[in-house]
Amino acid sequence: MSAIIAEPALTWAGVAPATPEIYLAAALCAVLLVEAFAGEKRRGLADSLTLLVLIGGALLTAAYGHVSQRTTLFHGLYVADELGYVLKLAGFLIVAVTLVYSRAYLDQRDILRGEYGVLCLTALLGIFVLVSANSLITVYIGVELLALSVYALIAFDRDSGVAAEAAMKYFVLSAIASGALLYGMSIIYGMTGSLDLDVIASRVSAGHASLGVIFGLVFIVVAVAFKLGAVPFHMWLPDVYQGAPTSVTLFISTVPQLAYFSLTFRLLAHGLAAVTAEWTQMLVPLAVLTLIVGNFVAIAQSNLKRMLAYSTIANVGFILLGFVAGTPAGYSAALYYTLVYILVVLGSFGVILMASRHGFEADSLDDYKGLYARDPLLAIIMMALMFSTAGVPPFIGFWAKLRIIQELWATQHSVLVIIAAAASVVGAFYYLRIVKLMYFDAPASEVPRPIRHSGARVVLGLNAAAVLALGLLPGALLDLCARILH
Amino acid sequence: MHGLALSVLVWLPIGAGVIVLLLGDQRIGLARWVALGAAVVTFVLTLPLIAAFDTSTAAFQFIEHTPWIRRFDAYYALGVDGISLPLVVLTAFMTVPVVIAGWSVIQTRPAQYFAAFLIMEGLMIGVFSSLDALLFYFFWEAMLIPMFLIIGIWGGPRRVYATIKFFLYTFLGSVLMLVALIYLYVKSGHYSIAAFQALPLSQFEQRWIFLAFFAAFAVKVPMWPVHTWLPDAHVEAPTGGSVILAAIMLKMGGYGFLRFSLPITPDASRELDWLIIALSLVAVVYIGFVALVQTDMKKLIAYSSIAHMGFVTLGAFIAYDIVTNTGSLQGAAMGLDGAMVQMISHGLVSGALFLCVGVMYDRLHSRDIAAYGGVINTMPRFAGFMVLFCLANSGLPGTSGFVGEFLVILASFKASFWYALLAGTTLVLGAAYTLWLVKRVIFGPIANAGVASLQDLGSREFLVLAMLALSVLALGVWPAPLLDMMRASIHHLVDQAVATKLPL
Repeated sequence: MSAIIAEPALTWAGVAPATPEIYLAAALCAVLLVEAFAGEKRRGLADSLTLLVLIGGALLTAAYGHVSQRTTLFHGLYVADELGYVLKLAGFLIVAVTLVYSRAYLDQRDILRGEYGVLCLTALLGIFVLVSANSLITVYIGVELLALSVYALIAFDRDSGVAAEAAMKYFVLSAIASGALLYGMSIIYGMTGSLDLDVIASRVSAGHASLGVIFGLVFIVVAVAFKLGAVPFHMWLPDVYQGAPTSVTLFISTVPQLAYFSLTFRLLAHGLAAVTAEWTQMLVPLAVLTLIVGNFVAIAQSNLKRMLAYSTIANVGFILLGFVAGTPAGYSAALYYTLVYILVVLGSFGVILMASRHGFEADSLDDYKGLYARDPLLAIIMMALMFSTAGVPPFIGFWAKLRIIQELWATQHSVLVIIAAAASVVGAFYYLRIVKLMYFDAPASEVPRPIRHSGARVVLGLNAAAVLALGLLPGALLDLCARILH
Repeated sequence: MHGLALSVLVWLPIGAGVIVLLLGDQRIGLARWVALGAAVVTFVLTLPLIAAFDTSTAAFQFIEHTPWIRRFDAYYALGVDGISLPLVVLTAFMTVPVVIAGWSVIQTRPAQYFAAFLIMEGLMIGVFSSLDALLFYFFWEAMLIPMFLIIGIWGGPRRVYATIKFFLYTFLGSVLMLVALIYLYVKSGHYSIAAFQALPLSQFEQRWIFLAFFAAFAVKVPMWPVHTWLPDAHVEAPTGGSVILAAIMLKMGGYGFLRFSLPITPDASRELDWLIIALSLVAVVYIGFVALVQTDMKKLIAYSSIAHMGFVTLGAFIAYDIVTNTGSLQGAAMGLDGAMVQMISHGLVSGALFLCVGVMYDRLHSRDIAAYGGVINTMPRFAGFMVLFCLANSGLPGTSGFVGEFLVILASFKASFWYALLAGTTLVLGAAYTLWLVKRVIFGPIANAGVASLQDLGSREFLVLAMLALSVLALGVWPAPLLDMMRASIHHLVDQAVATKLPL
């Protein structure tokens, strides 16, 4: 094919946009080697090294990863654009923050081993591959690399029965979703004759899309819904969130969201743009069910991790609504929502990690009774985060919901607007309940005082400050999201 | 010279609140003085605004206009007119007694208590002075957070139930308003309230937007039947919380009707004015009866607040019937004048009454009417104030309570005799429940040992009540300056309300 011949020879300029992936692949091998030779005595070394790798990666990406316009590399398998650049920078930083939050927690449980950092890095590599995927093959590689790393991470505390169960459950269900994804892709390939998303986009015609394309589309939508955790494909999510070690829950609830956003964006909004009307139609019932089930079931939870899992599901409903709008502005609203959601969830699980200690998982709602009396700073941060998720100004969560509703109005989805608004009121109830427990209830006497990890606390403080500051002045982040998806 | 005047009024109390929070309970002595200083300075800073306010124009004054979010064409835009300035002043004024009243009474987490009220003050002034709908909503919602904490932390035994009910009720209403505001933005491309007011809208659109606004404002006012959060919140809130709730937060609902509903959806307001009038009259009559049977003083005043706020909504929405019946814009303006005066007066009087209940509660730890009797024998000075405020509450001429009710009843005569008759029942009912309260609590022989041991007002309490008493009397005897301040803006509002916005 002529497109392949036109590809330039492999030069530095030709691969520079892929710097983040190349660097990450090399660095994670190095960390693995260091871990192998460092031995038991210097545990924590690999963890610090991983942190350095991530910071270095962020700097390197900032220096070399930027492209001024959309470029495809490696015979069209890989695309470099501003979206990828921003998501990769965010990925490095978010993983770094999760490691800072998790360190003390892992140390107390004797699972601070180098493999933890390595698995986080391979998961991140999977995310990067997915973020820059421009071909069905690359998409699939990214999805699997991410999923395999996550299975191992969930079962990382190998003595924990619930964690092993969660990993098994995720593995089995995820395999089915991967199957659906592959099946859908193979049909799309059969109908269009290409794996390249750009080519697929040009060959699927609008208006009279063939039944075959729609058939394949259904399977792809199912796979995407599974990955995001949309109802009715959400069954794995609460069990995994609750069963995994909290540090892993923190990881899987944040960084992979970047990948799932770009999975949805690259496959549906870009590759299958011509059948936007069809897949938005499919997303509508998913989004509505997700909002309703997520919010109502969250009310009934007594475990904070499980409650946040249902809260995640509810938030996924909002992200899907952004896609339902079916316009670039709608996608940018979904991207903004995703980034905001990650920022807030980072902090929420950070608080859970810091309220935990050796032999004590602060994951029951009752453990938060009177947190204010025990640890005012943690309580204030958690309060800000909960009000943010509920969508109350001046915190950033308000703008995320505002953006989604704006785009729904702009595309005249008035019924969805009302459902979204009502869902956020229901959601407010269980977020308020956390504030109530922390501030209005007396502490249960046997709950140990949280210990102080000064470094992680500073980062947590900055995280909360960002939630407030970006809430007061949301312009810059809004502009960024709009610009990279114009 | 008044370039940043309104910003200072918004951010000075918020900044002081943060400082108080940082000083914490360990340095509470200093924190209290910072809080009082900030509250007093904020109030004093409103005085030059009153002096410099040009009463001859309906235009917004002391305008600030800085881009906030360029993508949405949203501005950090502040300004006041004759409708919002009195409410800004009222807010700044009422925070001072709240801080003084909590001085030594609040023992748990006092620094946060003062900080919460200062932050509230800034946010409430922000609500009244925003010229941008997004900024308005920002302040409007942010205010729920400190109030949620105030009721939840310092409230009575059922505080958690009350505060969650309060939050969810108001949140539901507000979210619907937000949906309407976003719709208006998508349609007009701006978030400025003036742009919304100028935007032509079909009857269908107006009707739905009106109902969405109604959901937010009716809950806040509160109007029957969505008033049930208020008695709970009032009973459980600490004294300061009740004062701010009654004096300022309820006014936001009234303000919303004047700033949003009437000018943005005039045709729907005309179409649905019967709804508001009916609910207002129910509030006046039915809630008046409900107040009569209360045994808890705070609950009684809470129900009385609902009845009084019924006058505000009645005064605002009889305008259409008056114009239809008499063709007189002057008559419509009188109803709105009455609504505004009633808001200011009710702010002062209900605030003062809650402070009076607080004075008694601090001594005997009961709000039960039956626990008192013959208070005048042991607290003569306090009894004097209490009787004055109760008389003002029942609308005695010479007090501020009279002016607003009188103007509204007078205006409703022009609309319909029956409106006036029903509204007039408040003169009987209001007098009945307040004076009966006075009889049972203040007069008569000393009822029990508790009352016998009461100490009369301390100097701090005296100062607070005297301040409020003077304002109630001043407004009652000489309301002209307030009416002058509002005149041009009210006339402008009447013009907007009777004009049609239907697209040609």
